[in-house]
Parts: sequence; C-alpha cells; structure tokens
Amino acid sequence: MRISALVKRIMLQMFRDKRTLALLFLAPLLVLTLMYLIFDSNEEEMTLGVVGGNEMLIETLETQGIQVADFESADSGTVLKKSLDGLLEIEADGAMLTLENDDPAKAKALLAQISQILALHGQGSAEQNTSSPALETDYIYGNEDTEFFDVIGPILVGFFVFFFVFLISGIGLLKERVSGTLERVLATPVKRWEIVAAYLAGFGIFAVIQTTIVVFFAIWILDMVMEGEIWHVIVINLMLALVALSLGILLSTFAGSEFQMVQFIPLVIVPQIFFSGLFPLDGMADWLQNLGRIMPLYYGADALKAVMYRGEGLIDVWEDLLVLGLFALLFIVLNILALKRYRKL
Amino acid sequence: MNHMIRVKGLSKSFGKQRVLKDIELTVAEGQIYGLIGPSGSGKTTLVKMIVGIDSPDSGTVTVMDKRVPDLGLLQDIGYMAQSDALYPELTGKENLAFFASLFNLKGSRLKERIDYVAKIVDLETSLNKKVAAYSGGMKRRLSLAIALVHDPKLLILDEPTVGIDPELRQSVWQELLELMAQGKTIILTTHVMDEAAKCEMIALVRDGGILASGSPEELKAKFGASDLEGVFLAAGRGAE
Ligand SMILES: Nc1ncnc2c1ncn2[C@@H]1O[C@H](COP(=O)(O)OP(=O)(O)OP(=O)(O)O)[C@@H](O)[C@H]1O
Ligand SMILES: [Mg+2]
Repeated sequence: MRISALVKRIMLQMFRDKRTLALLFLAPLLVLTLMYLIFDSNEEEMTLGVVGGNEMLIETLETQGIQVADFESADSGTVLKKSLDGLLEIEADGAMLTLENDDPAKAKALLAQISQILALHGQGSAEQNTSSPALETDYIYGNEDTEFFDVIGPILVGFFVFFFVFLISGIGLLKERVSGTLERVLATPVKRWEIVAAYLAGFGIFAVIQTTIVVFFAIWILDMVMEGEIWHVIVINLMLALVALSLGILLSTFAGSEFQMVQFIPLVIVPQIFFSGLFPLDGMADWLQNLGRIMPLYYGADALKAVMYRGEGLIDVWEDLLVLGLFALLFIVLNILALKRYRKL
Repeated sequence: MNHMIRVKGLSKSFGKQRVLKDIELTVAEGQIYGLIGPSGSGKTTLVKMIVGIDSPDSGTVTVMDKRVPDLGLLQDIGYMAQSDALYPELTGKENLAFFASLFNLKGSRLKERIDYVAKIVDLETSLNKKVAAYSGGMKRRLSLAIALVHDPKLLILDEPTVGIDPELRQSVWQELLELMAQGKTIILTTHVMDEAAKCEMIALVRDGGILASGSPEELKAKFGASDLEGVFLAAGRGAE
C-alpha cells in the first residue's frame, strides 16, 4: 500500500520530467549509434592491390565496386605505403590475400567479397574441378577474428544500461535528500525497506523499458551480432540495471548535490569501462587484471559477450548472474542501513 | 494531566559543536506549547528528535508513553518541517494525496480530508496547480495542510506561519486553537512573539539548553518584562 503510493509518485515525477525521460531512453540509442558509425564503416570504397591477376578477374573486382591497382610485384609494405585495404597475389597454386585490417569490419567485408569472386572465377575458368583456388589470408594488424563492433557491441549495450540507470536513480533519490522530502517521508509510518523497495520498483520499471529498447535497437537497427537468445540478453541487462539502480541510490547517500553525484562518474563508472573488456587487459599485471573482478560491469560484460557473441545461454553464464545478484543484494542491504542516518527504525 | 511528550537528558552534537545540552521538557496533553529562541539555538534539532527523524547522542524522548522512534507513533504525529519538503513536479493535490496514502488514508476518507485541509489553508482553488508554480506562502500552507491531513493527535510545527500574510495567519491560528479545543496537542517553534503569546506554555531555548519555561505570564514576571519581546531580550542579556 505504502510502496504503491511511493512507486506511483516516483513514476508521476518521471513522467513530468520529459528531459530526464528523454535522457534515459534516447541518449543510449544516440551514443550507441554513434559508436556503431565510428567502428563500422562498411560503406566506404575499398582499394585492392592485385599482383598477377588476369583481366577478367580485375574486371569482376571492379564491377563489385572495388578499386583495383595493378602491380608487377608488391608486399605488405606496398599496402601501407599506398594505403590499400588489401593486396591480392594470384599464384599458380592459389591466391594470397594480405589484409590491412586497420578496420576489422572493412577487412572482413573485403575478404568475403574476394573469396566469393575467386570462387566464381575459379568455376568459370574450367579444368580445376575441385572448385576455386585456395585462398590464403594474412593480416597486417590483428587477425581474422577481430571485428571490433562485434566484440564491444555487447559490452556497450550493458554499459549504457548500467550508466544511465545509475545516474538517473542516483539523482532521483539525491533530489529527495536535498529537498528534505526524504526526511519528510521518514516522518510518516513508512518502513525503511519500503522506501528502498519502492525506489527499486519505481525506477526499475523505467529500467526495464530502457533495457528493452536498447537491446532491440542494437540488434534490429544496428544489426549487432546476436548469436544467442534476445531474452537472455534482456535478463542479463536487467540484472545489470538492478545493480546500477541499487548502487546509484546508495552512492547518492554520499553526495551533497547533483554535481557531487556526477563526480562519481569518473570514480565509479569510468574504471568499470576499462575493466569490462572494451580494452585488452592481457598485457597488464595480474593484480591489475583481477581488479575487474570487484566491478559489476565486468560480470555483466562477460555474460553479454558470451550470449551475444559466442551464442551461449543463461545456463553458461550463471556464475556471472549470481555475482550480479549478490552485488545487488549487498547494495540493497546497505541502502536500508544507510537510511538509519535519518531514522533508527 | 497526562504527559504527551517527555524529553529527558537529551543531548546532541554535530561534530564538535554541542547543539543540544541535557534538555528536559514535558508537554501536557491538549496544550499549545511554543519554543522560542534565537536562530541556531537548537529548536529545529529538538523537534526533529521528538518526531524521531534524528537520533540523540544521549537521553530519551517519550511520546504518548512510547519511546521514540516508534513507527506506530508516527501515525499520530503531524510534522511540518521548517523548510518546505514538497515535490515541485506534482500538483498540490498530488502532494497531499501522496503523503495521505503513506498514512494509509484511502478512498472517500482521503478525498474528504484533502478537501478539508485545503480549505483550512485556503488552497482549494490552487490544488490542481503544480507546486513549482506556487508562491512561498502557498508552499508553506501546503506543508501545513500535509501535516494536518491524517488528523493526528500531536502536531509538531516548525515555524508554521513564516511567509504567510496576516489575514491567513489569523485563520491558521484560529484553526490551531480549534484543534486544541478538540483535544489535540500542538508544539510549535516561532520567532513571532505575538504568536508565542497565544501559547499556553513557552520554553526559551538558548544555546542548546532550555533557559526558562512557563506560561507567558510566568515568564514576564520572572524576567520583569512587560511583554514577551522583553522576555526574549532580557534572557539574551542574562545569558551573556
Ligand atoms: N545537520 C547538521 N550538521 C551540522 N550542524 C547542524 C546540523 N543541523 C543543525 N546544525 C547546527 O545546530 C545548531 C542548531 O540548529 P537548529 O536548526 O536546531 O536551530 P534553530 O533553533 O532551529 O534555528 P532557526 O531559528 O534559525 O531555525 C546550529 O548551530 C546549526 O548550525
Ligand atoms: Mg529552526
């Protein structure tokens, strides 16, 4: 009864605050799209150096929209010097493709196109009955597995859900502290846990909507890799949102103003980005690598990558989910205790 | 006469500053009890402890024979904070309804109480306006209405009439006296000596202690002053 009154009020406040609503629902989509555009530049024209290719091959390549530069001889140095996207060397027993791979998405697209063309070409040119000439590939940067947005996409989805839910729930409760309404609410027979529960529910509803929008947008509009099940992704993100929600409310205890709440971003949010897998940590000292294990986003990112990129299911990531659940539980209990500052009961 | 509030040996410090020192206070049932004293003397801190939303370092507060804090007790207390604690995004009515439902009011009783308290503070016509668009006095009146909405036995009002014009102030006081006649107990803080004169009992709070308490007549006699203003000033001189 009291909880539903609190939840109703929180929702009413949110609906009246159009700016915050827009931030919650549109900002993640906007930033995600920007990241997508930066890392995924398929549309660009590609330039390919060719050594020893016949006219027919070059013509086919050009009709596919690839700019071809014919060389007598060339090596990987030529690729860099002439800023080519790749170099195709046709030899008697097969073909060798050297990809610059500065932009993994682009390299992958080029590779796909060329193997297709070579396959057609090979069939067209008669006697080799065992299909196309073998295509060997070499990468100047990275390897064939890198596709940046594929790797970071799932992490980004989790991150934006975490970040925006953290910020908005934290500032929501902070406003109540600063304006004195929290104290006023505690002068009614409401229980401390009821306040925390109402905050989780009230902002939780918005977190569910936001999570669903972000996930569907990422998968349907941005065409992010999605090997696993969509609802698994939503479940993981909801766990992340719950942790963000309870952490945001908790940290608002230690902030005296909205600005001080924003100061938690470099302290609490940014380090999580570093350790969530967006950046390779292999080169770091062990103790530094293990630092990620105290950060909720590390587990969320791990689970999201497993489901979206590697096609695993919730059962395979149960440990991540358990840790996230424990984080949320810890923060919720601390929240109830933190309210003791006002009222002992 | 029954004791409504009994405060014993109450002390509180914020950091090194001792804000309340060994406060002793009893308020009888059905009284209007006024707390007066200079700014920063500890009135707000004291009333918060009586409500139970701040905890003392030592000492006890008992209200209606129950040790504060007590959740059940809060159902019988109407508290009006010194600074208006309202939700500006919501309308006056929504604010009232929200707090009323925290006191478990619902249905027709809720509607009835909202209409009744809105009338007391003369806000009937502005109830559907957002609080962000209220004037200072309107916010003050809404806060008072919220304190009254669940018909509590004990009213704790921290400077209830600040920013309210004389005409309305008079009608608010009329209502307070009316509530007292119904048997409610009211404890309030004020800087307006005319208002203090309307209280049955007054406590003079100074530097975190209660310098003197008694009826306005008793205090005037004690300090040899012709009015409460004189009492206030004499007490200030005495303290120095
Ligand atoms: N949360 C707090 N932290 C630190 N000091 C505080 C806090 N609340 C009050 N104080 C200090 O306690 C003292 C008493 O404050 P209080 O608000 O009780 O005074 P007051 O008598 O209500 O004054 P006024 O008439 O101006 O409302 C002041 O010196 C104030 O600075
Ligand atoms: Mg005060």
